Order: sequence, then C-alpha cells, then structure tokens
Amino acid sequence: MAAAGRSRLWAPMYSQKELTSKKRDEFEDILEERRQSSDLRYAMKCYTPVIYKGLSACKPSAIKDSVLQSEQVQYVIKQLSKEMGESTDIIQEEAIEILDEMGHNLHIGVIRFFAFSLNKIFKRLFQKVCVNEEGIQKLQQAIQEHPVVLLPSHRSYIDFLMLSYLLYTYDLALPVIAAGMDFLGMKIVGELLRRSGAFFMRRTFGGNRLYWAVFAEYVKTMLRNGYAPIEFFLEGTRSRTAKTLTPKFGLLSIVMEPFFKREVFDTYLVPISISYERILEESLYAYELLGVPKPKESTSGLLKARKILSDNFGSIHVYFGQPVSLRTLASGRIDRCPYRLVPRHLPQRLSEDIQEFVTDVAYKMELLQIENMVLSPWVLIASVLLQNLPAIDFELLVEKTLWLKGLTQAFGGFLEWPDNLCANKAVTSSLALHSNIVSLVNGQVVLNDVGMEDGATEELVFKQALSILMCGAYRNQLLNVFVRPSLVAVALQMTQSFRKEEIYSCFNFLRDIFSDEFIFFPGIALKDFEEGCFLLTKCDVIQVTPQEILVTEKGNSVAVFLAALFRPFMEGYQIISRYLSKETKEAFTEKQFILGIRNFAFQLLETGSTQCYEVLSSDLQKNALAAFVRLDVVKRMKTTNGFTYTVNKEAFNKTAEMFDSRIPIRKLVTARL
Amino acid sequence: MAAAAEAAAGGGPGSQPAAQRRLRILSGHLQGSPASRAPEAERFLSPSQCRAGGAAERPVASTIPKKRQEILKWNGWGYNDSKFIFNKKGQAEFTGKRYRLSGMVLPVLKEWMEKTLGASLEHKITSRAFLNTSDVPPSIVNEEFLQDLRATKISYSQEAEDRVFRAHGHCLHEMFVLREGMFKRIPDIVIWPGCHDDVVKIVELACKHNLCIIPFGGGTSVSSALECPADERRTIVSLDTSQMNQILWIDEKNLTAHIEAGIIGQDLERQLGESGYCTGHEPDSMEFSSLGGWVATRASGMKKNIYGNIEDLVVHIKMVTPRGVIEKSCQVPRMSTGPDIHHFIMGSEGTLGVVTEVTIKIRPIPEYQKYGSVVFPNFERGVACLREIAKQRCAPASIRLVDNAQFQFGHALKPQVASIFTSFLDGLKKFYITKFKGFDPNELCVATLLFEGDREKVLQHEKQVYDIAAKFGGLAAGEDNGQRGYMLTFVIAYLRDLGLDYYVIGESFETSVPWDRVIDLCRNVKERIVRECKEKGVQFAPFSTCRVTQTYDAGACVYFYFAFNYRGISDPIHVYEQIETAAREEILANGGSLSHHHGVGKLRKQWMKESISDVGLGMLKSVKEYVDPNNIFGNRNLL
Repeated sequence: MAAAGRSRLWAPMYSQKELTSKKRDEFEDILEERRQSSDLRYAMKCYTPVIYKGLSACKPSAIKDSVLQSEQVQYVIKQLSKEMGESTDIIQEEAIEILDEMGHNLHIGVIRFFAFSLNKIFKRLFQKVCVNEEGIQKLQQAIQEHPVVLLPSHRSYIDFLMLSYLLYTYDLALPVIAAGMDFLGMKIVGELLRRSGAFFMRRTFGGNRLYWAVFAEYVKTMLRNGYAPIEFFLEGTRSRTAKTLTPKFGLLSIVMEPFFKREVFDTYLVPISISYERILEESLYAYELLGVPKPKESTSGLLKARKILSDNFGSIHVYFGQPVSLRTLASGRIDRCPYRLVPRHLPQRLSEDIQEFVTDVAYKMELLQIENMVLSPWVLIASVLLQNLPAIDFELLVEKTLWLKGLTQAFGGFLEWPDNLCANKAVTSSLALHSNIVSLVNGQVVLNDVGMEDGATEELVFKQALSILMCGAYRNQLLNVFVRPSLVAVALQMTQSFRKEEIYSCFNFLRDIFSDEFIFFPGIALKDFEEGCFLLTKCDVIQVTPQEILVTEKGNSVAVFLAALFRPFMEGYQIISRYLSKETKEAFTEKQFILGIRNFAFQLLETGSTQCYEVLSSDLQKNALAAFVRLDVVKRMKTTNGFTYTVNKEAFNKTAEMFDSRIPIRKLVTARL
Repeated sequence: MAAAAEAAAGGGPGSQPAAQRRLRILSGHLQGSPASRAPEAERFLSPSQCRAGGAAERPVASTIPKKRQEILKWNGWGYNDSKFIFNKKGQAEFTGKRYRLSGMVLPVLKEWMEKTLGASLEHKITSRAFLNTSDVPPSIVNEEFLQDLRATKISYSQEAEDRVFRAHGHCLHEMFVLREGMFKRIPDIVIWPGCHDDVVKIVELACKHNLCIIPFGGGTSVSSALECPADERRTIVSLDTSQMNQILWIDEKNLTAHIEAGIIGQDLERQLGESGYCTGHEPDSMEFSSLGGWVATRASGMKKNIYGNIEDLVVHIKMVTPRGVIEKSCQVPRMSTGPDIHHFIMGSEGTLGVVTEVTIKIRPIPEYQKYGSVVFPNFERGVACLREIAKQRCAPASIRLVDNAQFQFGHALKPQVASIFTSFLDGLKKFYITKFKGFDPNELCVATLLFEGDREKVLQHEKQVYDIAAKFGGLAAGEDNGQRGYMLTFVIAYLRDLGLDYYVIGESFETSVPWDRVIDLCRNVKERIVRECKEKGVQFAPFSTCRVTQTYDAGACVYFYFAFNYRGISDPIHVYEQIETAAREEILANGGSLSHHHGVGKLRKQWMKESISDVGLGMLKSVKEYVDPNNIFGNRNLL
C-alpha cells in the first residue's frame, strides 16, 4: 500500500487494548428449547419476519427480470455485442443462463423442510448451540433500518445452514447466500440450497465481463431492494487451519457499491463469529492440507457423512456482532460519490482510495469476527499439548491449561469455560470430546497414532503430521489473539537485544512476513507493536522504558511460551526458505513448489533433523511463497497457463539470513531487575 | 429567489383571465394598505434630474417605501400586518388582508405543530418588540466623504433602523440575531441612488475615499450575502437600489423592456400589466426581491418552463464597476463574441459592481390560467411522471411535486371549512383515494400544476399532462389542491416566525440534480437530517421534507424544508448550522449542486472550490482582481 500515510489516519482502527476491557453479551442455548418441543411444530410455526422498511417481498423471478433489464447489464450486453459482432439477443440469452445458474429461489416450504431436518440433525450432532440474543435483537433492528450484509466466519459447511436455521428460529428475514458453485454439483442438495436462499457464484470469473456484470447487479439488486440480507464469507472459502484467512475483496466491494453510489442511505455490515468446539470436517481438512485431494461435493458423499451423525461435536457458539454502519466507516474518507461525473450504471474501475477503503473495511470486519470467536478449553489444551510432545502428564496439563486460561483472558480472548466446571473436569471432558486426536494413557496425555512402531517411516510421518495438523487447527484459534504480544516475544528472542528500535524493526519484519498467516490491520505496524508491548507489560512479562524493552525475571517463561506458540511458523518458513535458496533452479509453478517442498520436508522429518510437521501444511507453504513474493525475493510472472515463480537468489539469501542467522534460542536474555 | 413569499393568486374560477387576476391581487397588496401610500411624498425628495427621456416621464413609487420598516417587519418575514398567531381560542390564524389566507382560522395547524414538531403553546418565547438603538454599532463615516456625498444631492441616511434593516438577509441565524442579539458589523450609511448616473457617482466616491460598497436590492437573500464582514475596517456603504425602480421604455416590436434594476417583482409585473405585458419571471420572493438581485444571483422563476430563468430573459445589462461601466453595444438575441460577459455579471452576487439597468424580454399577458393537481401513490411514481413530462417537453408553466410530509403539511394549513357539504366532499375524496384506489395516506404525494396560455391550448395541454400522469398511477385531484400547493410557498416563510416563538427553527435550501439521482438524493438528504438531529441531541423528530420544483431536460431542482423543536438544546443555532452543513455535504455526495438559484453568498463559500475546480475559482478571482482591484465591492461573497 503505497498511499498509506494520510488516509489511514482516519482508518477504522483495530485495538486489542480495548478488547481486554470489553464486555460481551451472554449466550443462550437454543437447542434446549428445541429438545423439549416438536420438530414438526417448529417447522410449521408461523414465520413472519420483519423486513426492511416494510417493503413487500418480491418474487425471485421478478428480481431476475429486473437484473436483466437493468441499465448495468444491458450496457454490458450492448458493449459485448459491439465488440464481438454477436447479436444482443444471443448475449442476452447467455445472461439469462448465467442468472438461472446463479439465482436463488427462496421457498418457504423448503425452509420448513430444512428447519425440520436441521433441527433433528443439530440436536444429534451438538450438545449446545449458543447464541447471543442481544446480537439478534440488534440485527432485527438493523434489518428494518438499512440493507444488511451478514459476514460470518467460515470454518464448516454447517456455517450457513446454521445461520439460516438461527434466523428462522428467531423469526428474522432469511438471508440470500453467496455460495461456491461446487455445491451445484450436488444434485438434489444444490437445488434444495437454492430454494433455501443460496445463490451461486463461480469461484473465478474475473475475465468474464458478462458474468461479472450479471452477478454484481444481482447482488446489488437484492441489496437495494433490501428484501433479504445478503450473506457471504469474507474469507472466500472454509479455513482449513481454523486461522482466519485473509479477506477477499470482490464481493465486499460489490455490496458496498450501492452506498458509494448513494443508492442506499447506509448499509449495515454484521460480523458473525461461529466457533465450533469440534469442527465437523477436522480430519478432512488435515488430509487436504497434506495434499490428499478433497473429495468433490456430492450427494452420496454427504450420505456417507451420515455416519458422523452418531458422533458428538460439542457446542457451537454463534456471536452476532454489533452491526457496523458503512456510512460511519466511510465518513471522512469517502465523502463524495465517486460516480458524480459519469452515469452510475457504467462499469467503473474502483479508485485507489476506494480500494484502500474496501481493504480496510474487510480487515476490520475480520478482526471483529476474531474478537468474538469463542475459545473452548480444548483450544488451550491443544496449545499446551503441542509444546509438550510426545506426551504430557495429565496433572501438568491441567495446571498449564489453567495458567494459559489466565493469560488468554488477560489478552482479551473470549473464553467460554463450560458451566464453571473445575479445571480437572473441563480438561477430561475436552479430552473425551476429542478422543479421535488424543488419548489418556497411564496418566499421560498423548496424540493418537503416536508410538506405533510398525509401518514405513513415511507412513508414520504422515500419521504424525495428521494428528499434529488436526491438533494445530485448534491451537490456531488462539493465535490471532496472541499474535501481537507473541511476535514481540519472538522479536526479543531473535534480536537478543534490549533496544526498542531494533526489536520493533524485527517485529515489523515478522509482521510483514506473516501477514498472510495472521490478520493485521493494514498500515498500523507501530500500533500493533505498542499493543503487543502493552499486553506484555500488563502481564508483567516485560518492562518498557523510552529506549528499551526488558524481559522480567518471572516473565521469562511466558515469553518463551509465547515464542514457542509461533515456533512452527518460524521453523516452517525457515525450512521453506532453505528449500527455495538451495533446491530450486529455473522457474517453477506453485504446484511444483508444493510437491518439491513436501518431498524436501518429508526427508527432513524422516531423518529427524526437524520436528516441524506443520511445514507439510499446504496452507503454510502457499502463504510462505506469497510472503516471499511480497518481499520481492521471489518473482511471480504471468504465463499463458497460470503463474511461474523464480527465485532472486541474491536478494533471497539476505532475507534467508534474517531467518537463519537468528535461529531463535530458547533462552531469553532477562534483565536483572 | 429566496425562501419566500409568493403572492397567492386570487380565488376565482379558471374562466377569468387568470394572469390579470394574479396581478390584481398583487396590486391589492398595495391598495389595501394605507402605509404603502406614504412613500408618495418620499419620491419627490429624491433627485430626479437623471430621469431624462424614455417612457418614465412620471416616476412611479415602489410598493415598498424607503423606510422599509414602515410596512415590513424589522425582525421577520414580510409585511407587518401579516403574521400567524394563536388567537384567544388557541387556534392558529393568519392576520391582515393581503393574502387569500388572511383573516382565516386554521383549525388543524396547532395539532400539526404539536404532533409533527412536538411544539407546545405553553412553551413560548417572544422576540423583543423594538430595536434597541443603543445596541447598534455606531455609524463611522468620514466627514470629507459626507461632504462629497452631499454635493451629489443623493439621498442617504445614517439612522440605526435603516442601517440594521440592510445588514441582513433572511437566513435563520440572521433572524435569530435580530430577535435576540445584534450584528457585530452593520453598514455605516445607507445611500439611495435615483438612477444609473447616481450609482456612477457613488462608486467614484467610494474609490476616492476607499469605502466598501454592499449593494442592497430586496433584502431577501438566504445565503448570508448581505452580512457585513465583521473585520471590515472601512466605512461600509449600503447601496440601496430601491429608488431606481422605473420602467424606462417598452419596445413592443422586439418585446423587450428597459428597466431600472431596483424595481421589485410585484411592481414590475403590475406596471407591465398595465400595458398588457409581463416578464413571467416569478421567483417565490417576487413580492420583495428586485430585478438587479435576480441578475446578481442567477434567479429562477416558478414559470421558467414558459419564460425561462433570468439568464434566458435578460437581453442587456448595465453594471457600474470600479473600473467603469460594463455593457454590450447592442440589444440582440444572441452574439458570438467570446465568452458572454453577462455570465460574469449574473451570479456575481455584488462582488463586481452594481447592476443599474436591464433590458428584459416581455410577453403579452396570457389569456388563460388554470391550476391543477395530481395525486400519486408514492414519491417514486411522481418523480417518474415528472421525468416523462420533461422528456416529452410538455411541462406546464409550473409543475411541482411535494412529498408526503409536505402534502400533510398542506393539509394542516387548510382554513376552516365553510360548510358541512365541503367537509363531506373532502371526506369523500379522501375515501376515494385511500380506500377505493388503495393509496397509502402516508405514502401518497401530490404534484401541483399551473397552465398558462390560450384557453384552447391550455385545455389541450392539460389533457396531455393528465394522460401522462395516469400512466404513472396519478389521479387528477382538482384545481383547489393545486392552488393551495402554490400558496404553501409563501406561507411557509411567514410560518417560520411563528415557529420561532415556540422553539421551532426551520430553514429551506435547494439544489439541482440529474434525473437518475433525484429519488436517491431526496431520500438520503431527508434521512441525513433526521439522523444528524438525533446525533446532535435534538429531542424531537425533525420535520424534513422536499419537493421537486423545476424540471429540466437533464435534471430537476429540488427544494428542502427542515424544521425542528430545539427545546432542551443550549445552542440551537450552532446545532442548526451543523445540520445544515451536513445536509449540504449529503447533497454534494449524492451528485447534487451547491445551489440551483439561492446562490453561494458566504454561507456556501466553503464548497466553491470543490464545485467549480481550482482553475475555475482562479478564473473568477482574476476577473474580480481586474474589475475591482481594491475590493470596493467587499461583501466577500462567492470567492
């Protein structure tokens, strides 16, 4: 972001500092009531949601018509017809096809069917579904005032089913949902989803102007009419690692456009955090990350998944955040309609100012999601466990978990400790819930499949990696809350210095490197650093003087823990940088890179020269590659079929040194205070 | 022009030659009030040596005397004898005899004020009754200049009342100051030139003595244009053009008239009417505003669809500047001689000089005039209909679309019904529209129409417009509703004074906007006002309403009213100003203009650069620099 400076002054800031003193709403378990009443009656209940400004509902077919007839779409049709020499009728036909493929077909009967079956399924799968009812009330208010965009986090297919189910339960307008086209492959389910309000978008359609025009206009028409909230996932896809993915901007900029054009007075963005105590797809994700391709969505696949119905997936927490007024966010930044000098229906490239604003809003919304993500005890357990492999004494685990609980709360994490259970019981029940990953053997907690001596080493590595990645996905939920103080701790370790300036520059380097791994609000490195220091100071880990940062005696163990929390990423990136500088020649594609690094890492793991199993995660690999491209040490070039990469060896070695010459030492320099 | 009083036309049926009727009513204002005869004597005091030749052998007195305060309110809008009051029964009443509504009781107005604005008769504040002359800043005029001035025999005054009266326009904050405080700076002397040559002399003297001149026409400005810059150290001369009010000649072959710029609208139309002509330029303020003021602010008239705006009407302008007199050498309909110098003058807002004489197009008075109205199910349909009418270029002389809130406001101003039969009819109409036609009484809106021309053509035109309206779900709603709609315009200016007595402040503002953004802009601006009021701690919901008042090929002019009850707020004017600024920001954000016809003055200066670009502003500045290097015309408007 070249133009950072000035405009970012008004940027919607993120402050973890404020988070630590923030009061959050209480949760209600909605399944409790459901368990006591008839599913059928629930499905047939009187459903009369309030809608935006009392507008009368509009048939899906009418929406399609108005999209097709809109100036925007007609303009593009005419343009294309002129350019390609085709008649407008043919292109119009194409547009109709796109609309039919895409359009939702919300149907109350289907909703009731879903309500009925989801009720049954959810009651079986989950112990509790907890919702903050205050958030629901605010949402209800918001829906009546202005068009609403729901922005849930995305960890599971359950996400949008769950949201629609909740909104139905609370008698709120059902959203229309932007879903990936992959669902359409599922024959009956695809159609059912469509009728329950999903509309579909192709994953990539950048080049297809007609598709873009039709899609954008479709979304905007629904938004302007205000007849249903729009729902989509900022992350674009389900996060396989449970870390929040960096946001996608396309859809967000589309839903913001009616406001930019002042076609609506305001738009509410509602961040929604959905946290799972146990993610339905946990093992699937781990396989995927290790390069076993994900099965294509199919109805039969879903039926096979029925066996999971007998399993227990703990609790779900859904937190509806405070609706954020887009107008308020834009005030002082985008004060003028950027379309004052051209007709509003002309397709226009977003100005830099607006792009930057969209980016900031996207990050802001993701940070709000993160803020209200509920952390279960298991998240803490997994974090402790991963630092104490292969096994940890149960009592010690409980003790450390409790200690981490305190730290997490001090950092503003949103912990839900089940019903004031004593630590012992909470840990035991968490272990039970996740018995597919860990077991309690002779008072020792171990990862499953560890210690099996038979089988080829390669298979052992694979199995070990599987367990660690699954476990890691839970630890990852902690990382965005810990990232600021932790990176300060890592920087302290790497620099072996007291000098604030030096530590900050190292922090800044790390923040930059990891900006695809963790969510940082763009352009506020110094503030992030200060917040990290603030939180550490608050916990008596460090003392900050105008020039220096000193680790306290008793804070040493905390700092070591914090640095170790991010060790897999540090080491993973080191291994990848070593691979890139030594093993690659010529240009390579991303696919080749992933295969190459996987083999390279397998060798290291087999020979035992590293314990960093997480380097096998394709997510980490891709992020690292992107980071090196961002640092300009790997060049990315567009070719006819995708991108190729080349390593700029000279520049690269310098960066690699940054990592390698400063391999974190476990011991921190503590000041004698 | 300004937020303002339009003379209500008489109540007869459409069969009468309606334009003449309107004129008769206007002249009725004059006849009806003994006060207005007073200036007869005054007239002979002013030197008339420059009234040479032309048609004006016998000078005609203006309706408004030199001592304006004799018939006009010194601290509010319009005539002293006309105002809203609550009578002993607690019912609203409009006093005086000048207007159609005069002397009538308005039974539902009180309830409307209570319901819509949360006003209450128990909470009343009264303005001071008289100007306290000891508060008025002293007149500082250098004796040498006074000697020179006396030598010219041009009439002048240094009296406090005269000076205060010319220190302001009719912005809300100016009214507030008059009621409760005093301006920091007011003119030091008021001068009444009697003709163009007088103006030349005054400007020469001002240059010689380095004075600041602020031209004053009708005083209806709503842009703080008349406000004296507080830090102006020089003597400020208020140059009141009101005594230059003669029609110098009428040219029937070319249908033009040459007129002194100080003439006010009602006098101009009445006097032309005596010869069977009119200009057709009827800004809402035409009772008080002057020809020169129209030119200086780029005014727009209600009937511009037939007659055009001021820039379409003007054929020739004479203006006195510190550099000399600027005018074209001939009186032609159009010329290609570089950029039109008239366009430096029109909208210059008194920053370059004084307009002294104008040649303006005239038309024969139309034979027939007819009001009309159409009810639409909602504002969107109404706007779509206006757009279609504009597209077909068949707009009547005037067409205005008021939103639902203003429609209901119109009802609040209904006078007491004369008979049970009328009220029964009203009920029936309401039933037909809301129950039979299914219009939502909280959504529907009304377009008011005014047709003018040959009787036959008017009827034909009327049918064409109603046919288009029908396509947009519009129902004809009668002449009476149309007429009341136009009455609203002038009434509202008087109503503000009533509101001020009950903690209600209000203002109007306007913009122009492309057709495709009309609805979005109206909705967003109204909503912004509501939201800002809430945020600024206004305890009562504001009255926020708009109407589309002019249609053009490429867009429309939109007029907003907003008012709120400020009980419980310590600094209402500051809050009000913040809200007004926010509303203007919203207009600009929505692609509306800074002003359609009110002008910039000092109130909207802050947005000039953004409105016309750096270079544009530089161009205007360089003209000012050339024409008036010493800033003699120092009202500091516009730039």
